[in-house]
Amino acid sequence: MPTQATDASAHGPNGASHARGRTTMDRARARARRAPLLPALVFLIIVTQLPFVATVVISFLRWNALAPENRGLAGFDNYRAVFTDPALRSSVGTTILLTVTVVLVSLLLGLGIALLLDRGFRGRGIVRTLLITPFLIVPVAAALLWKHALFNTSYGFLNGVLTWLWSLFGSDSPPQPDWMTSTPLAAVEVALIWQWTPFMMLILLAGLQSRPADVVEAALVDGASSFDIFRYLTLPHLRRYLELAALLGTVYVVQNFDAVFTLTSGGLGTANLPYTIYQTFYQAHDYGRASAQGVVVLLCSLVVATFALRSVSSLLREESVR
Amino acid sequence: MTRVPRAARRLPAPARRRRRTSAYLSLLAWLCGLLFFLPVAWMVLTSLHSETDAATNPPSLGASLTLHGYREFFGEGSGISPWPPLINSLTASLVSTLLVLALAFPAAYALSIKPVRKWRDVLFFFLSTKMLPLVAGLLPVYLVAQHTHLLDTIWLLVILYTSMNLPIAVWMMRSFLAEVPVEILEAASIDGAGLATTLTRIIAPITMPGIAATALISFIFSWNELLFARVLTGVVAGTAPVFLTGFVTSQGLFLAKVCAAATVISLPVIAAGFAAQDKLVQGLSLGAVK
Repeated sequence: MPTQATDASAHGPNGASHARGRTTMDRARARARRAPLLPALVFLIIVTQLPFVATVVISFLRWNALAPENRGLAGFDNYRAVFTDPALRSSVGTTILLTVTVVLVSLLLGLGIALLLDRGFRGRGIVRTLLITPFLIVPVAAALLWKHALFNTSYGFLNGVLTWLWSLFGSDSPPQPDWMTSTPLAAVEVALIWQWTPFMMLILLAGLQSRPADVVEAALVDGASSFDIFRYLTLPHLRRYLELAALLGTVYVVQNFDAVFTLTSGGLGTANLPYTIYQTFYQAHDYGRASAQGVVVLLCSLVVATFALRSVSSLLREESVR
Repeated sequence: MTRVPRAARRLPAPARRRRRTSAYLSLLAWLCGLLFFLPVAWMVLTSLHSETDAATNPPSLGASLTLHGYREFFGEGSGISPWPPLINSLTASLVSTLLVLALAFPAAYALSIKPVRKWRDVLFFFLSTKMLPLVAGLLPVYLVAQHTHLLDTIWLLVILYTSMNLPIAVWMMRSFLAEVPVEILEAASIDGAGLATTLTRIIAPITMPGIAATALISFIFSWNELLFARVLTGVVAGTAPVFLTGFVTSQGLFLAKVCAAATVISLPVIAAGFAAQDKLVQGLSLGAVK
């Protein structure tokens, strides 16, 4: 990989020069190297990192937009409120449940479909395109589609199909469940799984196709069964891709707002953390508490992010070895 | 997975069985594809039905087609034009994408071709910003925007979308730039090409497909964004997704209209996604998967 080569040449001159006294020329060269990077870096720090710092500061303040004159230090009051607030505690639970379900199910479905697509068959390109489409529907549009066109009790597609099936067997009293009120969280999950399975599938398919073909062929010649090949060759090779897909999926699904907002408006126990922050901020105007919630979310994400970063970094290293 | 010789008519029993399994698996793959596509197909079909045909149970598949839903979406009945939000979305997505490219391209150069010291750490810093939910910084952004009179303007969204997509773009472009042959760059530097010349005249043409894919993915994410647009814009700068959320009324039938709206608003993303299909994985996995 060229990066390795350039990397070596980049450190070469520095290593050769005296380690102690870096010359002016070295410093100028380092500055010239840094120059193209700085605009992006500075922009990103200002727009994404400074707000976090501000959030941490505000989280220790007593500050409600409806009572702006009563502003002052609050110590850990906001955090106490956050952790004793049953709504927030349940939204933490909801977030975990929602994320784990969506990521696991779409990962398994994605793996199955990727395995199916890894074989050559007629119309493979078309099937791949069909499968990607759900991911390319604007999330709000997808949520609206599920809510009104598919889940709706009286004229949704799902209940329409039930009516059909039942009438096939001569029954005119088909079950017409109210999907959105009887199983609200599952409804959100189904809509999200539908959108995220293609994402998992794409990453896993790329992983499958990077699997060295000769090893599999050798195993086939040696009389290995398809299951053995899957268990001992494919799965170990896919491990990193599975990790990466799961972690990136987690990062995106944890932050999901659109589906919860559109499908259930956070009602019936479906409010996740982003939605709860939105609500506190948008409706309650309690800046201090909203910020404390933000900090809690931030810390939770930091844990997930650490794992995700480690996984990406191991992939990156593997790539440079190749 | 198994390669069966084409002309073999009398195959041994296991091979014949394997061939039959293979046919079933292909069928299963097709079924999966169709099943996942079904909701989209249903959305498009419903958008072409009249409101009464759209709201029947069981669904009326063969009902006559009409563009009524689309005419409604474009404001025939209500007089509310969808063009301002669509143009807002387009402006915010396009301008932020251009900004992303302008910032990410040189940065990717400084992280791959002539890497700064500790380029790995910088790269991971970029990535970590993507993993922390921006919603946690929403309030300060809102307050600053209020003071600087940026609330309910496209420019605020442009800034936020740029920062949202910049890490992805840097990672993607880095992986594309890393593939540029070193010899070409050496030749350029011997010929005395400066940084700007190298970037625009040598690297950009070689990595054009990668740049295009980066642009498309950045465009898709900006176009889709709802949370910030919803909180930080109002009547003036509302984007298409925000418009879509306000589209559902509690009275009367609206299913065909909503499906038409969802279809129209998704069209740019579907087009961009199909155009970037091959590079989509690389973008979504931040360049870690090729």
